[in-house]
Amino acid sequence: MSTASSISVLDVVLRSFAVLVCFMVLPLVLGQVEHKVMAHMQGRLGPMKAGGFHGWAQLIADGVKFAQKEDIVPRAADRPVFTLAPAVSMFSYLLALAAVPFTPSLVAGDLPASLVYVLAVSGIGTVATLMAGFGSGNKYAMLGAFRSAAQLVSYEVPLILACASFAMAAGSLSIGGIVHAWHPVWLLWQLPGALVLLVAATAELQRPPFDMPVADSEVVLGAMTEYTGLRFALFLLSEYAGIVVMSALVAALYLGGWNGPFESALGFVWMLLKTAAVAFVILWVRMSWPRLREDQLQRFAWFVLVPMALVQLALTAAGVIYTA
Amino acid sequence: MTHETSSHDHVPEQMPGRAPGHGHGHGHGHDHGAHTHPLPESGREKGAVRGLLAGMRTTARTMTKKTATRQYPDERPELPPRSRGVIALLEENCTACMLCARECPDWCLYIDSHKETIPSETPGGRDRQRNVVDRFAIDFSLCMYCGICIEVCPFDALFWSPEFEYATNDIRDLLHEKEKLGEWMRTVPAPPDLDERAPEAGEVAAASKPARVQRRRPTQ
Repeated sequence: MSTASSISVLDVVLRSFAVLVCFMVLPLVLGQVEHKVMAHMQGRLGPMKAGGFHGWAQLIADGVKFAQKEDIVPRAADRPVFTLAPAVSMFSYLLALAAVPFTPSLVAGDLPASLVYVLAVSGIGTVATLMAGFGSGNKYAMLGAFRSAAQLVSYEVPLILACASFAMAAGSLSIGGIVHAWHPVWLLWQLPGALVLLVAATAELQRPPFDMPVADSEVVLGAMTEYTGLRFALFLLSEYAGIVVMSALVAALYLGGWNGPFESALGFVWMLLKTAAVAFVILWVRMSWPRLREDQLQRFAWFVLVPMALVQLALTAAGVIYTA
Repeated sequence: MTHETSSHDHVPEQMPGRAPGHGHGHGHGHDHGAHTHPLPESGREKGAVRGLLAGMRTTARTMTKKTATRQYPDERPELPPRSRGVIALLEENCTACMLCARECPDWCLYIDSHKETIPSETPGGRDRQRNVVDRFAIDFSLCMYCGICIEVCPFDALFWSPEFEYATNDIRDLLHEKEKLGEWMRTVPAPPDLDERAPEAGEVAAASKPARVQRRRPTQ
């Protein structure tokens, strides 16, 4: 919207603050929704006490609890790496959230190639997982980190191929530009790509059914094994922030972001609703499906998702050439 | 599948053998319906995608249904009438015969009693003696809720009560005396109705028997 030179210091501070507020609020809302949705999908009520009305303040209470806990760094851990990992994990999605547009003007940092930027910085989260896994001095954390690395290497490929299809269809690498170029035909035309994107994003987030790196019954939360208190809470926060970012990405690329009735006034509502819908699917899948085995996961990425993404790319290319 | 069809084919052959007036047409239709609506299969037999969708359908359906959770401290649980919550004592029925204390596998019953003499009601009659319970206590920190004491009591002095909220902060406070055990009698549910066509209770049979006729002596 405005060039970098014209942004004042105050502007930068305000925008950063707004992103931080979104980063603190949206994952908490999502986490609370997950608590309640998961409970009701299992015939339970979920949190009902904290805050009075249907346990709305449960995650705030959890945060207070985490803050009170002892901060333990294992003796075998690589202290600086271990202590830095949660912050790195959080910052990757914080940086990604800054480039997600909610309306053409409501975006903290309007970058010319924001799609590439978001994919790049959300990849930093992997580094954080590896730091946590290798720095913990724990075999489960190490195994989790290995699994995480293998999984993310596999799923980055279909993720980026699917995103490339959307970028190609729109002729733009900016998320805002892609939303501008969006047309309802995309719902059919880009459907395989959207499925690949959603599945790869779920795997990228290490959410069930792709949660081998953090499988509690196998590797006791993997890279997060040794973490307690606030550092653990930061990992959880960044996980949910990751869901928000990835859902917003799917909503913007495939569902048309702020496109909808009264989009000049209600654009951000449409974007939030679409993001919420995608996030709900990610939660829903978690409640419904069992975890894949490590080798099944790799097979699925290379034998299903990558070919599907390539077919989508060809389809998109054909469509672009036909309409050009 | 072949087994099902073959068994189904046998049904009409057996039909004439049934008792008349059984409504064989209706019975056959019912059997047929049961065979054409098999139990829902798991998704595995129908392919991966349909299985995954079946999982999502199940969770979505569960979400729209009423939850099974009971908000216990705010909402009373609906316990079945024969719940083994606590053992209540009807002191009036107790004769301090000690059978319960002897049978208790955990030795959690404490009974003290003394004998009292009841003077005869008629002059020149014989005085009678009876046991009076001084102390009847159950240590619920030892009790394993087997119910043998209740089973063994010949005088119906012990009962199961569904009452369960008697947790304490100190294990020693779980030793409850006869006053407390008597209070729990109020929570004992009425005995369940007899089954249809069951013989009536022994007490009822005894009470409804005609009074014994005094045998006349032959001297006259």
